Amino acid sequence: MRPDYQLSQLDVLEAEAIHVMREVAAEFERPVLLFSGGKDSVVMLALAEKAFWPARIPFPVMHVDTGHNFPEVMEFRDRRVAELGVRLVVASVQASIDSGRVAEETGRHASRNRLQTTTLLDAIEEHRFDALFGGARRDEEKARAKERVFSFRDEFGQWDPKNQRPELWNLYNTRIHRGEHIRVFPLSNWTELDVWEYIERESLELPSIYFAHERQVFERDGLLLSDNPFVTRGEDEPLFSATVRYRTVGDMTCTGAVSSSADTIEHVIAEIAATRITERGQTRADDRTSEAAMEDRKREGYF
Amino acid sequence: MDILRFATAGSVDDGKSTLIGRLLYDSKSIFADQLEAVERTSRDRGEEITNLALLTDGLRAEREQGITIDVAYRYFATPRRKFIIADTPGHIQYTRNMVTGASTADLAVVLVDARNGLTEQSRRHAFLTTLLRVPHMVLAVNKMDLVDYSQSVFERISAEFSAFAARLDIGDLAFVPISALHGDNVVERSAAMPWYDGPSLLHHLEHVHIASDRNLIDVRFPVQYVIRPHASTDASLHDYRGYAGQVAGGVLKPGDEVVHLPSGFSSRIRRIVGSGGTDIDEAYSPMSVTLLLDDDVDISRGDMICRPNNRPAAVQDIEAMVCWMSASSALAPRTRLIVKHTSRVVKAMVSELHYRIDVNTLHRDEAAPSLGLNEIGRVRMRLTQPIFADPYSRNRATGGLILIDEATNATVGAATITDTR
Repeated sequence: MRPDYQLSQLDVLEAEAIHVMREVAAEFERPVLLFSGGKDSVVMLALAEKAFWPARIPFPVMHVDTGHNFPEVMEFRDRRVAELGVRLVVASVQASIDSGRVAEETGRHASRNRLQTTTLLDAIEEHRFDALFGGARRDEEKARAKERVFSFRDEFGQWDPKNQRPELWNLYNTRIHRGEHIRVFPLSNWTELDVWEYIERESLELPSIYFAHERQVFERDGLLLSDNPFVTRGEDEPLFSATVRYRTVGDMTCTGAVSSSADTIEHVIAEIAATRITERGQTRADDRTSEAAMEDRKREGYF
Repeated sequence: MDILRFATAGSVDDGKSTLIGRLLYDSKSIFADQLEAVERTSRDRGEEITNLALLTDGLRAEREQGITIDVAYRYFATPRRKFIIADTPGHIQYTRNMVTGASTADLAVVLVDARNGLTEQSRRHAFLTTLLRVPHMVLAVNKMDLVDYSQSVFERISAEFSAFAARLDIGDLAFVPISALHGDNVVERSAAMPWYDGPSLLHHLEHVHIASDRNLIDVRFPVQYVIRPHASTDASLHDYRGYAGQVAGGVLKPGDEVVHLPSGFSSRIRRIVGSGGTDIDEAYSPMSVTLLLDDDVDISRGDMICRPNNRPAAVQDIEAMVCWMSASSALAPRTRLIVKHTSRVVKAMVSELHYRIDVNTLHRDEAAPSLGLNEIGRVRMRLTQPIFADPYSRNRATGGLILIDEATNATVGAATITDTR
């Protein structure tokens, strides 16, 4: 019995996210869900499945493929999409490079992270998507802490942080002109720990790299990077074997592993609950460029 | 563990950022790399002490100008509760941001500086908190260390605020003397103020009872989306017609007799399907569920399901308090707008502006010709179609609405329904 009709924090967050997803399905013509295979998008996809059950998810999923992905994550992505019977749209950064839309970065710190924005915006235009679900959370980063659940993008895909639409109660303004779109963040109010606890509660499957495993790594700028064909490793960056897991999943070129022996979800949760470093701070080179690295990329149209 | 959403109101000068920093820090929710970044930036800017405001000011412009422009959301948890802070800027030019932050808050912390006592700003914050019907309010009298932890100062400010609050309709009001800088009465009870026998601020936030703030009496289920698994090969789903939505009030149970609005047809709840297909025996706010009914009724998005003897009013003329949020336009008689209320979207025209309220003095200006940015007034609007509404004081979910500009699609205002008769 629940004498005072109390809901747990996960129940409240789930109800809010499902409300957001149904609102998008009801009010937009061409929504799409960004699915990277990372834990946040795994949760988002599970919520979409629930929101429309027993009907199928009424929108496709899209992966912005940098070509620098972890193979374990690609395998997971394809399997999950097949299980749900949803359509997968792949927007390829390699194709953007081949067609001359963007130029590959060179040098030691070359990454395709920033190139993704062009690929993403081109795909939005090509498929005429009007709403894009993203798995970003406000606790991740200080620019994201300011962003709306329904975040307006102009016809250039840009975010204007100083001119955001006020967002009150659970009433979302979904109106846009042709060519504009809305980024929708159903997990806005979730923390990293909420995500993990939900994965545990719902027994959601994740790519194997989220759990402790042996891997050949090298150290760069305090990050443990996996040995991979997409980075140029210097002579001063020797390889060594370590027991690691990933806290976030991005490109192999800029996503660091953490030393960890947490091989089950219970162990991962215990580790997250005790950690003193944010997930992006610990694992992402792409956020380290400047104090406003995320804000700048978001303004341009990044996830 | 449940969630408490609270809004903080007060300016940087009142120590709001320090207080939030203190709550995050003492609950171990500030991470080492975040603190390092803030320390580094503080040093670079030649500031002597670490500026905790940098933790909450997320935008480049905010850090450069040292001001808070927009609502920032912060998260922390204690073993008892998860907390979502809507950190709202205090200055009058950001009234709309405070209204935004307060719209979903269970509690508001209004900060005052013990040296200055109540200011115009604290009165405005209290007024907006009541306007948005935040059920609980805490007046945190900060910087007690700078008034020698004086009991009489605290009592004078509390008494003055109580007198002002009597003119407002505040559900639950608590007073806590604190020093955010030194941590007095923030997380732990302070030894410096033995005369204060109440709880620390965090203790109060952890224990304030919010479950009964929701309306569990009036059944209100705005239909958000109709689930029809057409393409399914599963024959048992051929006739599946589920009405999905988020419960806005009351408790729904299978077997309950319900009425559909606008048609007025009645039916019975056959099943309530929770997320992922599990049958549930009671649905209440804020659960997102799907209702299956006994009869085939033509129900679509924007409709309302309620109980036969307890219906919201179907209103086409609404009386509401409006907070105007647009800098590029004003609200005046004959202004045309789009209204979004629950899952219903209708057009509207302002028929009358009764008065504009001075948010600092509560004075009503009945001669005001219009409402500009951050101004609040009592308005009558005519809608093209009825909405199914309750007074905002009765139900925040069925009494609140947003106003959208037809041409620009911007959200230009928020309104709370005062009267549905």
